[in-house]
Amino acid sequence: MKPFTKLEAKAAPLPFASVDTDQLIPARFMKRSRSEGYGQYLLHDMRFDSEGKPISDFPLNAPQREGSEILVARRNFGAGSSREAAVYALVDYGFRCVIAPSFGDIFASNSVNNGLLPARVSEEDAEELLSLLENGHESVFVDLENCEIRVANHVFGFEIEPVWRTKLLNGWDDLDLTASYAADIARYVESDREQHPWLQQLPG
Amino acid sequence: MATAQGPLTLFDKVWRNHVIATQADGQQLLFIDRHLVHEGSFHGFNKLKEKQAKVSRPDLTFGIVDHYAPTKVRDLTRVDPAIAGMITQLEENCRQNGLRVYGFNDPRQGIVHVVGPEQGITLPGATIVCGDSHTSTHGAFGAIAFGIGASEVAHVLMTQTLWQKKPKRMRVRFDGKLGPGISAKDMALSMIGRIGADGAQGHAIEYAGTAVAGLSMEGRLTLCNLSIESGARCGLVAPDATTVNFLRGRPLAPKDEIFDRAAEAWLSLVSDGDAEFEREIVINGTDIAPVVTWGISPEDALPITGAVPQPEAIGDEGRAAHAREAIDYMGLRAGMALTEIPVDRVFIGSCTNSRIEDLRAAAAVLSGRKAMVPGLVSPGSSLVKQQAEQEGLDRIFIDAGLEWVDSGCSMCVGMNGDLVPPGERCASTTNRNFKGRQGPKARTHLMSPAMVAAAAVTGRLTDVRDLMGGRA
Ligand code: SF4
Repeated sequence: MKPFTKLEAKAAPLPFASVDTDQLIPARFMKRSRSEGYGQYLLHDMRFDSEGKPISDFPLNAPQREGSEILVARRNFGAGSSREAAVYALVDYGFRCVIAPSFGDIFASNSVNNGLLPARVSEEDAEELLSLLENGHESVFVDLENCEIRVANHVFGFEIEPVWRTKLLNGWDDLDLTASYAADIARYVESDREQHPWLQQLPG
Repeated sequence: MATAQGPLTLFDKVWRNHVIATQADGQQLLFIDRHLVHEGSFHGFNKLKEKQAKVSRPDLTFGIVDHYAPTKVRDLTRVDPAIAGMITQLEENCRQNGLRVYGFNDPRQGIVHVVGPEQGITLPGATIVCGDSHTSTHGAFGAIAFGIGASEVAHVLMTQTLWQKKPKRMRVRFDGKLGPGISAKDMALSMIGRIGADGAQGHAIEYAGTAVAGLSMEGRLTLCNLSIESGARCGLVAPDATTVNFLRGRPLAPKDEIFDRAAEAWLSLVSDGDAEFEREIVINGTDIAPVVTWGISPEDALPITGAVPQPEAIGDEGRAAHAREAIDYMGLRAGMALTEIPVDRVFIGSCTNSRIEDLRAAAAVLSGRKAMVPGLVSPGSSLVKQQAEQEGLDRIFIDAGLEWVDSGCSMCVGMNGDLVPPGERCASTTNRNFKGRQGPKARTHLMSPAMVAAAAVTGRLTDVRDLMGGRA
């Protein structure tokens, strides 16, 4: 996984609360293979009308938001289904960071596993960021080392689980870490067979 | 790390039993006792193939066909090939890796969170994961059960472990006794309406109190199922005699003296009297009325006696904007009584409310009556379907004018093609009223099975208590 340290990029406002993973990628696209790229399905039913034409006043469709890598939204972003496809859609579209006052837990952990930073800000700061973006500002600077967001001369702090911060900063993959614990896992299983045989061995 | 001594919660006890290693930053490596996979788990299997790895514990991994299962045509050659492909792909992945599979044609097939408890795969004190957010359901047995993403599915497939940071502990106590016609669904929606859809984020909820102890396993499963809709990582209920009796004789539950030994261990899984919770809320069960959702998030929940909110009356800008968006999407008027809202169809099913008790509750209201609108009833598993038919519930649904179909996720998520048409309004026993969840532009009102049955009978949202005279 590619490490995430600092990012200066264009940002797009998404002034909605509870943008759930069903919105991020509607269920009907989830049969597709990832190799097709999931970016085309991102927020599909918000971005396109029933004929498939882009909805002109949807923020992501504005020409000045093209190439955005940072998304700013309201509370409870990524709630709902555990579908990692929601993160694939954001990442394949080009996003590397989502800023919001709160995130669905599973979504946030899926994000980190794909190098996408879920940055938590206060509700007031989210409102201010949204209004800065809606009033002519385009570029946002995100610094994961210092947990700071900057837009022109405005500075906002953000929060993220320390464990996730370390993982993103280093671009770590859990599997490498787990492999180094193989002997501990084997020891655990051996002792659990004694203590909880019904968990380690099924009848029949 | 120094392990916490002193009083422990139920959650602490189960968690502690599964810790293999602890990192300096607090991450812990947990052993996973049960891993459930379904059609949507293909990204996880693909990662496994990329690494040319094998499933670490095929004996603890279970494949179940549900998300894409057609419910009206039980023949894969006669359905959309893309849907059939999802099903055969799972069955194939399971076969290649030597997993137990409850496939499309298996008489035990059903929704993963219904089949797990039914087969005795779900046990108290276990850690259970699945690439599905409603895995919290299994916490009803006093297990730590939570949904995971595809990267984590791959990790569990390869190692039977998962790195996790321990969530905070929260207790939700439901005191008193529920009124007639009130179910676990009303308890859960009342809680979510009160704390918000992100109200329990980062927490593991233990449900306690007399109203919880009084619930059947079915009710507890519904309650824990909806934990995720409050943002919680998982929900648990301490095992008791109800739990043990439910498990005795289940195909994959322990047998004979191992069962007795297990049951003794399970019954010790209770929070110590002086254990501390980071958060605690108390809800009076006696005060709970039937609840429905009016908006596009499960937190948009109100007693059926209420009215659609007035956005101008909401002080907070973000929340007022959400209410306006919800009213607009749902095609409602601010201030209208909830009982004035007409419905176009109903759905009874999903891992939230498709067990035998749910079907009985709906049938009790529908018996001898006609539905004013079309609707679908999809039992949670093929075994539930069989039992319902033995009890004659299928006749009640069919005579009322509803469709009695096979088991699967069906109209909960619409992946199998069971969809609410655009613009239509559905009274639904499911768990998510998100925009487009039941189909593009579909409008969903969540409620209990009895409340859905009542809406079917009158064609609008209805207080089921008005239809209960002398029933159930
Ligand atoms: S019934 Fe709905 S919520 Fe439950 S597992 Fe299936 S899709 Fe998920």
